[in-house]
Amino acid sequence: MKNENILEVSNLKTYFKIKEGIVKAVDGVSFSLKKGESLGLVGESGCGKTTTALSIIKLLADNGYIEDGKILFKEKDITKMTESEMLPIRWKDISIIFQGSMNALNPVMRVSDQIVEAIQLHENISDKEARERVTKLLELVNLDTGLIDSYPHEFSGGMRQRAMITMALACNPGLIIGDEPTTALDLMVQAQIIDLINDLRKKLDTSMIIITHDLSIITEICDRIAVMYAGKIAEIGTVQDVIFNYKHPYTEKLIKAFPNIYREREMVESIPGFPPNLLDPQKGCLFADRCHKKIGEICEKVDPNLIKVGGKNHMVACHLWEGKDE
Amino acid sequence: MSSIVDLKQLKVNFQIRQGFIKEVIKREKKIVKAVDNIDLSIKKGEILSLVGESGSGKTTTGRAILQLVEKTDGEILFDGKEINNKSNGYMKNFRKRAQMIFQDPYQSLNPKFMVIDIVAEPLQLMKIKVSEEEKIDKVVKALEFAGLRPGKDYLYRYPHELSGGQRQRVSIATCFIVSPDFIVADEPVSMLDASVRADIIKLFVEMKQKKNISFLFITHDLSLSWLISDRIAIMYLGKIVELGKADLIAGACRHPYSQALTSVLAVVGDRRKRKRIVLEGEIPSPINTPSGCRFHTRCPLVKEKCKIEEPKLREIEEEHYVACHYPEIIK
Repeated sequence: MKNENILEVSNLKTYFKIKEGIVKAVDGVSFSLKKGESLGLVGESGCGKTTTALSIIKLLADNGYIEDGKILFKEKDITKMTESEMLPIRWKDISIIFQGSMNALNPVMRVSDQIVEAIQLHENISDKEARERVTKLLELVNLDTGLIDSYPHEFSGGMRQRAMITMALACNPGLIIGDEPTTALDLMVQAQIIDLINDLRKKLDTSMIIITHDLSIITEICDRIAVMYAGKIAEIGTVQDVIFNYKHPYTEKLIKAFPNIYREREMVESIPGFPPNLLDPQKGCLFADRCHKKIGEICEKVDPNLIKVGGKNHMVACHLWEGKDE
Repeated sequence: MSSIVDLKQLKVNFQIRQGFIKEVIKREKKIVKAVDNIDLSIKKGEILSLVGESGSGKTTTGRAILQLVEKTDGEILFDGKEINNKSNGYMKNFRKRAQMIFQDPYQSLNPKFMVIDIVAEPLQLMKIKVSEEEKIDKVVKALEFAGLRPGKDYLYRYPHELSGGQRQRVSIATCFIVSPDFIVADEPVSMLDASVRADIIKLFVEMKQKKNISFLFITHDLSLSWLISDRIAIMYLGKIVELGKADLIAGACRHPYSQALTSVLAVVGDRRKRKRIVLEGEIPSPINTPSGCRFHTRCPLVKEKCKIEEPKLREIEEEHYVACHYPEIIK
């Protein structure tokens, strides 16, 4: 069972309809996730990482829709499900830790009641049993169980984030999506939450998708990384593959944009230009006009496919590596 | 090198508003000591980073220097003289020489103004008389310095037409147009993507090198502060706990808090070399600060003396100050 894929996304296309036309926010994304595995989705704002996650849990905005592709969760296709079929799955099997824990919790409800509500929506258990479970979960995330009946405003940022994680764990889901789970937190609190997530992964064997723009936390909590650019996956592989043995010029530039305190102090690099307009993207590789390793016309004309390079499951979408499979 | 800003025993307190009855009958006042007895000087042509977690008082320090919050006690010297915020003439000149860049370029620019109006507004406010052509010329120069080239193309755009990085460049042009000597940059790049961030911080270094502008760079991003600053001050609960050269972050720090902070810092592209020291709990409330050393409640090396006596910032090596009784290396 251990190696079976819990989630398989293939050729996912999620588009948004706006006044000016159709925005191809996610355009042909494929990846899979094993049980107990944690995948990091990284990229800059607007690259489609959050949209990918919201497609999986089917929480897209009204003007967003899945144009094509399959999302197999436990061998059932989520894209084909109606809202009423999705309801029992959402939160019971797939839950999400939202970015702003300040805004994601209901300010006028006690934290305990919010979590109990989430449990009772899916399971037919008494108030008492549900509260007992909440207490156990709070212990698991190192929150003082005496604070169970507090309101969110009485919590600090880190405590709220722990409460959010408790809520995501409430029904013991098979997959948890963390959308920038540590972004708004202080460094030390961030370290505490990273430890907590790693600890929970060991104890519960849940699969996770972590979305973030911060490459440094990804290396701490993920097994595999997918680098996204302009709605497509540019490179995917293990942390070792992508961070230490990167192949895609965009991954290289992204890594070099972060200062490295273990090396000589040298200025970080920026990536010239802007991400493409996804309303009317150019032909060929979408990174071509910002790329420092462009090899010629092929980059501007032909859309590169994800191909295997080097390691077992190390894939990159770049013409530079075509025909160089080791 | 002489200094542009000197803080002497600076204190900033905020009083917490409570219910009327509590205030009248009980006469109890709750006070937040946001900044508590800080001594710091920023040299001319230097980038000094102020780092710390939220609630450590770094933003308040920056705002107090620019007279955006009132100090409670202590002295703030600008260019060797105490800031006289009672004199309009002095303040006008001060505002021209000391500028601020805010964190959120989505909120700090007036959405109804065009770029030319935003950038030229300081000229108008400071009653610097310029003709229309001169104004355009100055704005274009400032925009181009800030990396918006050609500047002319940006003059008649509105903020919503610009990306986050471009907006932050407009803010930089706005403070650059009056040729300041000193800039407080409050988390200027924390809202920006990594690929855009690099250009903006390069611009700060360039402003320092070419125009000899001094910076107080307020940030929670340790690796970024290491990258661009000459010196770094680490704050905890309204106090400076450690002050020294930028290599503090890369491993030279001695205060237990700084050691813990730098140890949890993840680095992209290298495996972690130090053992992580994850402190438990959170920063205590600044209303009831702990006795003695403020860090003693979370310090892994705490001893009896720490609970009673407050450590002073003392020099342990040249240019390296630590406020700790036992600045040992945590193993």
